[in-house]
Amino acid sequence: MTVGLSHYLILAAVLFSISIAGIVINRKNIIILLMSIELMLLAVNINFIAFSHYLDDLAGQVFVFFILTVAAAEAAIGLAILVVLFRNRRSINVEDIKELKW
Amino acid sequence: MVESIIFYVFAISTVTTATAVVTVRNPVHAALFLVLTFFTSAIIWMTLEAEFLAITLVLVYVGAVMVLFVFVVMMLDINIALLREGFVRYLPLGLLVALVMLGLMVSVVTSDIFVLDAASEPVPKPADYSNTEALGRVLYTEHVFAFEVAAVILLVAIIAAIALTMRKRPQTKYQDPASQIRVRKADRLRIVKMPAGED
Repeated sequence: MTVGLSHYLILAAVLFSISIAGIVINRKNIIILLMSIELMLLAVNINFIAFSHYLDDLAGQVFVFFILTVAAAEAAIGLAILVVLFRNRRSINVEDIKELKW
Repeated sequence: MVESIIFYVFAISTVTTATAVVTVRNPVHAALFLVLTFFTSAIIWMTLEAEFLAITLVLVYVGAVMVLFVFVVMMLDINIALLREGFVRYLPLGLLVALVMLGLMVSVVTSDIFVLDAASEPVPKPADYSNTEALGRVLYTEHVFAFEVAAVILLVAIIAAIALTMRKRPQTKYQDPASQIRVRKADRLRIVKMPAGED
């Protein structure tokens, strides 16, 4: 019952699948979509850290550091876009955003 | 033994809260469940000897990003019922996609080709080993260019977020310091000469 590398990888795979399902089933709610993207990045980070631990290489942790930076920037800009969208439309329904749809 | 109990407890709670994030009705509850997910996975990172990143995850994600999420969710007046429609309709498709992806990834991880568990358990680091120091050593030497690029990305994000949400309201009164400074005595002051003492 010892915990090995594959346990962490399967945990990350489960998290990633949950967030994929979240994107498909909550396709009208942009806020939940953004949260699902954050969950995906978390799953990827778990993979990186598990490999970094078991291969004894710090490069994986450095990569996670940069992913966290980019994810924070992405969340800030995404929420700013969301606020502007809500101000113009009074709704955040994905179906209402169809100007570029032909 | 203790390690595996810790792993299973926190792995199960991570998966449970992540499931709650994508299924609960209220976006505020979803954000709070996401906070819990980040917390439990920070503990899992702790067991993988990534102490600095575990603390960073709690500080940056729980402390900043999720507060931003909760703030935005509470600021917007959202009709939840409208956003929930189609939930049941897309549920089978979502489950199917998720299960197929999960099956693929698990079959790769557990296959005999990679033999991941053959990677032996690394030797635990000594008590005076500092993960933060080791990370800092590689971050500021080998990866310094990427570090600078990350700083620029954060700057761009700040400017973009402010530029997107800034707006001028026509009914609000603004001060214009330039015109305040440019003002002359003649613009404000009028000297009236009056004949004095008629009577």
